[in-house]
Amino acid sequence: MKAKNQRLVLALLALVALVGAVLLGMSALKDQASYFYSPSDALRDHVEIGRAVRLGGMVEKGSLKRQTDGVTITFNVTDGAATVAARYTGIVPDLFREGSGVVAEGRFTAPGEFTADTILAKHDENYKPPELAGNGMHETGSLKK
Amino acid sequence: MIAEAGLAALWIAAMLAALQAFIGLGSLKAGGEELLRAVRPVAVAQAVMTVASFAALLWLFYSTDLSVKLVAEDSAISVPTLYRIAGAWGNHEGSMLLWVTILAIAGAAVALLERRLPERTLAATIAAQGVIALGFFAFLLFSSNPFARLEIAPADGNGFNPLLQDPGLAFHPPTLYVGYVGLSVAFSFAVGALLTRDVGPAFAKAMRPWVLGAWTFLTLGITAGSYWAYYELGWGGWWFWDPTENASLMPWLAATALLHSVTVLATRDGLRAWTVMLAVVAFSMSMVGTFLVRSGILTSVHAFALDPKRGAFILVLLALYIGGALALFGARIATVTEGNRFDPVSREGALVVNNLLLSVILGLVLIGTLYPLAAESLTGEKLSVGPPYFNATTGPLALVLVAVMAAGPVMRWRRDDIAKVAKRIAIPAVLTVIAFVAVLVLAPGLRILPLLGLTLAAGVAAASIAPLWKRKLRRTPLFTWGMVIAHLGVAVSLAGMACESAFTKETLVAARPGETVTVGPYAIRFASVDPVPGRNFTAVQATLVATRGSSTPITLKPEQRTFDNPPQQTSESAIATRWDGQLYTVVGAPVPGGRWQLRLWWKPFVTLIWLGGALIALGGALSLIGRALPRHRPVVEHTGFARFG
Repeated sequence: MKAKNQRLVLALLALVALVGAVLLGMSALKDQASYFYSPSDALRDHVEIGRAVRLGGMVEKGSLKRQTDGVTITFNVTDGAATVAARYTGIVPDLFREGSGVVAEGRFTAPGEFTADTILAKHDENYKPPELAGNGMHETGSLKK
Repeated sequence: MIAEAGLAALWIAAMLAALQAFIGLGSLKAGGEELLRAVRPVAVAQAVMTVASFAALLWLFYSTDLSVKLVAEDSAISVPTLYRIAGAWGNHEGSMLLWVTILAIAGAAVALLERRLPERTLAATIAAQGVIALGFFAFLLFSSNPFARLEIAPADGNGFNPLLQDPGLAFHPPTLYVGYVGLSVAFSFAVGALLTRDVGPAFAKAMRPWVLGAWTFLTLGITAGSYWAYYELGWGGWWFWDPTENASLMPWLAATALLHSVTVLATRDGLRAWTVMLAVVAFSMSMVGTFLVRSGILTSVHAFALDPKRGAFILVLLALYIGGALALFGARIATVTEGNRFDPVSREGALVVNNLLLSVILGLVLIGTLYPLAAESLTGEKLSVGPPYFNATTGPLALVLVAVMAAGPVMRWRRDDIAKVAKRIAIPAVLTVIAFVAVLVLAPGLRILPLLGLTLAAGVAAASIAPLWKRKLRRTPLFTWGMVIAHLGVAVSLAGMACESAFTKETLVAARPGETVTVGPYAIRFASVDPVPGRNFTAVQATLVATRGSSTPITLKPEQRTFDNPPQQTSESAIATRWDGQLYTVVGAPVPGGRWQLRLWWKPFVTLIWLGGALIALGGALSLIGRALPRHRPVVEHTGFARFG
């Protein structure tokens, strides 16, 4: 192979790889991207039952209840406008509490009823979903800025 | 006074960086040769001032000077000494100052140590370092001043995030930053070489130690970060595909590709343009990583700086650096002559495939990480991309990559024969088949990815040590050992991941003291729960006694800690490590009826994941030492296979 040809072949290979990555990524995203919903979004958009989604909001004050098995909890996720009843079996992350932000991964079992597989852990007690920033619901923390 | 001195030092360092860029570029012009002599001292002076500034910040944190805003926000009198110091970089402003400090030290190291590059290329390289540093100085001085004072000093500070109060995490960011910054040096070398049209083996040989060093630190940082997340967060997983994890994985993928292509350029003078391109991409990825983590633009549960203004600033820097480098690349690349040719079936060929696969994986991770951002800004729709996407797309490609990795090192440079290559990998190939059958028989019903992972791990382990076959081990050059150990590390890690995902057993219960619970091969007696005092927290501690068959019982003491400044609870898992796996225990909240939540995992061979990571880093370090010490430089540098097959 001549030097010039080799360079061309390598460039073409790289291009094919790049296009392949984009196509593969896009097709996978179509199936796998789990949409991030606030309770209002979820109720308005009628999220398909059983589809993997993330639900983000605040744990409503006074809604957290423990079931008799000791490891299952139920609580309400709210964004101020709408509320979804959620259920989770497991040990909740350290920063999970009433009145605090929560991001839960799981699926709707019925409209307005959510079963979480995972409650996402957080690094910082000041974290809240950005879309809820500034609406005055966040009550933990903070002397910070 | 100390804070003002630190700020002044930062301003002087910024001026010196500007001077460094100006002199470096000026020296390239005709008649600018006189300036060449000034380049090195200015770079060193810049580093001295930056280090002084960072030292001032360290002192402010060490002495808990609460009149400084940053200290008041991120530390407190009660914080233990180690975390009073680590607190200096456990926040946005301090970590950016650490970033630029490491950058300045690296620039000074290039100025003092680099002897292989032609003087003009070196001046251009140092000028590029100056430009990069200047952007970060501007960022610090105009939007993230770490030395700002409070008008009234509070009686005590806000405290330090308890989750960060862990020795592993105290050293995690500096390790990653050394990696990121090492890639900035590689980037500057590429820019310097493009400016002086001097892209060749000499440039690649000068760049390689930096890439090796950066890659080793990134590997260490990612491995340590993964283990930290595993034991500290108490969720039992070791990788989450969180954007902040991807932020360090993406530069690592690019650096891995660069490491292999720079070897082709240094030893065979091939892949010139591609290597320069990768150097640009690798540094871009560390900038993208910084942007993702520091801008707070992502709906990340990990990102801890929510400030769009800073995000915009980093985005502008990103655009300037990457755009500038790509423009330079476009303008100059036509003048870069192509290096030596090679056959598709050759070591170079295998490395090209390795590079393409790494690039595709990098692309997939990048798309998955940025797609939610793009979608939100274009359509306003909020979505997040989780593990299912990343596992499904990158998993299979990673397995192919690992297979190529097994074959690559047994191929000759320039041209090889398929039949001969097949003969050389016959033993590993047979071992792979045996492993496949053995796993099928011993662990029936295994899912496909763990099955392939375990099988490939066996084959790769055998193939990685093949380059040592029939060699005098004591005379084998250190960098060949480095390659062998790093590749072996990949096999070890892969085996750990496959075992963890295939064989983990989990039990989640609410139990009373006195009860016995089982997980995997262990019977665990829940002996008691007791309150215990800590230095700046109180805790409840569970005592668990685990027995397995007739072996000696193990006592584990997981804790729930309660900090009051800031008010926060953390759970400290208790982990018992045995040769064949880890018993991982977490105590949760109390439950009415005198019960406590217990989450128990038996994770066979999970430690191999991080042992593999450590081996990969060790391989990188050995190669670096082998390349840096002249007496280890072998007569025949171009192949580890002079007498193979």
